[in-house]
Amino acid sequence: MSKVLDDRKYADSHEWAKLDGDIATIGISDYAQHALGNIVYVDMPEVGDEVTKGEDFGAVESVKAASDLLSPLSGEVVEVNEELSDKPELLNEDANENWIIKVKVSDPSEYDELLNAEEYKKICEE
Amino acid sequence: MSHKFMPHSDKEIKEMLDVIGVASIDDLYSDVPEEVMFTREYNIPSAMSEIELRKHFKELAEKNKSLTIFAGGGAYDHYSPSVIPHILSRSEFYTAYTPYQPEISQGTLQYIFEYQSMITELTGLEATNASMYDGATAAAEAMFMMVASAKKKNRVLISATVGEKIRKVVETYTRFHGIELTVIPEKDGATDLDSLYAELEKGDVAGALLPTPNKYGIIEDFKGVSDKIHEKKAYFAIYADPSSLAVLKTPAQWGADVACGDGQTLGMPLTFGGPYLGFISCNKSMIRKIPGRIVGATTDADGKRAFVLTLQAREQHIRREKATSNICSNQSLMALYATIYVSLLGDKGLKEVNELACDGAHYLYDRLIESKKFHAVYNKPFLKEFVVSSDLDMKKVNEYLLKNGIMGPLLLEDGKVEFAVTEKRSKEEIDRLVKLMLEA
Amino acid sequence: MKTYDKIIFELSKEGRQGYSLPKNEYKKNSLNALPKELMREKPAELPEVSELDVVRHFTNLSSKNFGVDTGFYPLGSCTMKYNPKINEELCVLPEFTSLHPLQDEESVQGALELYWNLQNMLSEIAGLEEFTLNPYAGAHGELTGLMVMKKYHESRGDKKRTKVIVPDSAHGTNPASAMVAGLEVVEVKSKPNGSIDVEDLKPLLDDTVAGIMMTNPNTLGMFETEINDIAKLVHDAGGLLYYDGANLNPLLGKVRPGDMGFDIMHINLHKTFSTPHGGGGPGSGPVGVAAHLVKHLPNPRVVKDENGKFHIEASDDSLGSISTFLGNFGVMIRAYAYILSLGKENIKNVGPLATLNANYIKESLKDDYLLPIEGVCKHEFVFDGLKDKSTEVTTLNVAKRLLDYGFHAPTIYFPLLFHESMMIEPTETESKDTLDEFIDVMHKIAKEAKETPEVVKEAPNNTIVRKLDETTAAKNPILTFKALKESQQ
Repeated sequence: MSKVLDDRKYADSHEWAKLDGDIATIGISDYAQHALGNIVYVDMPEVGDEVTKGEDFGAVESVKAASDLLSPLSGEVVEVNEELSDKPELLNEDANENWIIKVKVSDPSEYDELLNAEEYKKICEE
Repeated sequence: MSHKFMPHSDKEIKEMLDVIGVASIDDLYSDVPEEVMFTREYNIPSAMSEIELRKHFKELAEKNKSLTIFAGGGAYDHYSPSVIPHILSRSEFYTAYTPYQPEISQGTLQYIFEYQSMITELTGLEATNASMYDGATAAAEAMFMMVASAKKKNRVLISATVGEKIRKVVETYTRFHGIELTVIPEKDGATDLDSLYAELEKGDVAGALLPTPNKYGIIEDFKGVSDKIHEKKAYFAIYADPSSLAVLKTPAQWGADVACGDGQTLGMPLTFGGPYLGFISCNKSMIRKIPGRIVGATTDADGKRAFVLTLQAREQHIRREKATSNICSNQSLMALYATIYVSLLGDKGLKEVNELACDGAHYLYDRLIESKKFHAVYNKPFLKEFVVSSDLDMKKVNEYLLKNGIMGPLLLEDGKVEFAVTEKRSKEEIDRLVKLMLEA
Repeated sequence: MKTYDKIIFELSKEGRQGYSLPKNEYKKNSLNALPKELMREKPAELPEVSELDVVRHFTNLSSKNFGVDTGFYPLGSCTMKYNPKINEELCVLPEFTSLHPLQDEESVQGALELYWNLQNMLSEIAGLEEFTLNPYAGAHGELTGLMVMKKYHESRGDKKRTKVIVPDSAHGTNPASAMVAGLEVVEVKSKPNGSIDVEDLKPLLDDTVAGIMMTNPNTLGMFETEINDIAKLVHDAGGLLYYDGANLNPLLGKVRPGDMGFDIMHINLHKTFSTPHGGGGPGSGPVGVAAHLVKHLPNPRVVKDENGKFHIEASDDSLGSISTFLGNFGVMIRAYAYILSLGKENIKNVGPLATLNANYIKESLKDDYLLPIEGVCKHEFVFDGLKDKSTEVTTLNVAKRLLDYGFHAPTIYFPLLFHESMMIEPTETESKDTLDEFIDVMHKIAKEAKETPEVVKEAPNNTIVRKLDETTAAKNPILTFKALKESQQ
């Protein structure tokens, strides 16, 4: 059973976002890391890149699968988790703790449109 | 229905049909709509026995002429050691499939790893893929790679001094893919670097591809180029001849991010244009954008060293339309060819090959200039291929050479001609060439 | 030599050499006269080995390989047929291997005749007007064919046709080729039997569609019985039909793609026409087109004049060049020899016998393996793993266990329509005896899965190497000998 947390919101493409002021922290869900298996690489944007809700900002790769990362929110990347470059397995160890990017959001109302923990749990169970 | 390639006896066919539960083989096609069934015989020749086939091929072969070759233009008549065809004819190599089952494909996987190691040594970069179709498609894919790495920039530059045929393929690939391609003009037989810098200034360039030696055989000087390109956050690719890299400054030393080219010069027979071998090397930072297969070292369940196809999540069978390239295969057997060639020659042998070719080319060049019928065009350093102009009717000269079993120079525009000399050409052959040209 | 484990670099001894070159008679030293700043400073670190070192090394490596000459490949969609030896003899004739691609046409008439004859034979077999043999491989052929498609629409000024329809069951190369050709991919759904869902196709066919890519028989080895309707729908909408020749083998002698309404196709010479796979290449992917598309084929083209002379030509209507010269000529020689060895009398039996072999295996194994689609297949079919799912033995386990028994694995986990896909294609060159051995082993593995599942799950057990650590290989790629040495320090 995958861990879904109440302190954040989710996209149906299995990313999570946590909003603090106008800075959103973004990662992939525990469900996603489990489905992918051993993650061997995380393709991340650069600081300063623009991300758009619903469009890809990178990808995660396991040995024989790759999955695009779709941004749950729009804005500008202000920080990327460099630790994942050397240790992509951190996402397998704890996908909720190990975020991927931080974004200065351009439209905070997008956050409200995301799924809450209960709604996301239902998607995972389907 | 029996034939030496189809071992079915009538009795066996009957037994198999019984197991399937149909009366005839035709019943296996009962789902095919009648309108599309092909009911006549193919209009192709009747079966030939091996005796007839050999005769037919002899007839075809006699309509070809093996020549003493003094031209290049992207394909060079290099020496091919006897060992190579013997090893290549081992059917464990040539009848094998792509090494997707590593436990029974260590032979293929290891030679690809060795190939990657050797090409990487020659280019000086950090990684090389398992090979591409040819130099031209490798160059096109290098462009895609730079665009994918540069992100949000969609224009690439190519020097006019990249071989015509290579450029045409790059032009086709970029045009269809929707990448803007700008040709940097040439100046005195080399890339016009001022024009290159002016294009870079526009800020929308993802990468630039420059050659050395270039289409005139000239060894280009890229001093300062990589800084200028990198300043503009663009990538630098060099189109190189891997054989020459044993002696010439490497793409890595020039500060290039990508190297590509054709491995035919590593002793591969000319075979009327193929199969040859495209190679592509890059630094590790770009490795996830490199097209095609790559082999990596790892260990098996017992801790034993072994090799495996790796970084597969980049490839078309997984990423589908999100992949950087659609390439599935590599020129595996030609990569084996190159691996054996480089193993036999080593650094010392490659240097000797270059010395012989370079000396032969310079000897021919001097003889031509001395004859006063040929004149210098570019005053630039060259290795094994060079351009001169001629007062002679070179079309006629080439016809005369052909009658004498020689492939003369390539004819360029404005009375310019281009010769190539490899280690296979002796001084005697060069002397004969010059003599025949002057008497033509 | 199961124990041999050296990398060629590890055999290196300073001063050894494996080549001989003529004495330098020029007394020039021209290399040293070149400007220093253009020259390599540090020598490449390459092996220094003797000729015998090289011969033994690569001979030992070859013994770590499995090939068609070693044993049976039930490899779906790959058509691993026998590679006739006469082809290997003919393709190394010096009158072919010594030809420079830019030699005067007069001096290469035999090579051009071979090219021309082969392109004509393929046209007849495919029911299309003309072929180019320039593409280097199947994927390269796909790309070329899609470029023809795009060029055709553009040449008519119809610039909005930018979409290509690809079945969701298609191999990943199809959408990837479309992407490279600058076309947008639209997926059409497959029905449970793998056929295109015509009802799902209809609404997709608007005036932005350049064409559809499909294969027939489809990915599950089943014939697309509605092909006539599909062809009509696509043509009526102004689109073209592209045929992926990966599954051409069962149609030899029975059906021609051109007669089914296909406008463009590629053929994998290394599948249908028996040229060796070479451990992954070189292949050859000729592209054939219907009459109205001939002018868009890539440059250069081989043509024959009224005097029977052959010429190499380029045209402005062409899509451009996709290869430096005329493709993998060495591969064409083999395919040409193969077609002539069979001739019209025998080539017509290739499809039927390939189909017979596939159906025989399918019917013989369906009691132990789950057959999701009943009915007659063509040259291949798909099992969805073992029938008895309680053992938790997967398709991967079965595939690896086959290696222990001296067979190559089938194509696994493709198509994606089933979780445990196991795609089997025997080809017509395999005898009933070989198929029976394979069937016996497959039954045995099914039995093992019930009785000693751990043995199957740990397979392979008696191959040269065992299960590999692919995760570490992908996480920390070691791609060269130098990197390998550094990783061990």
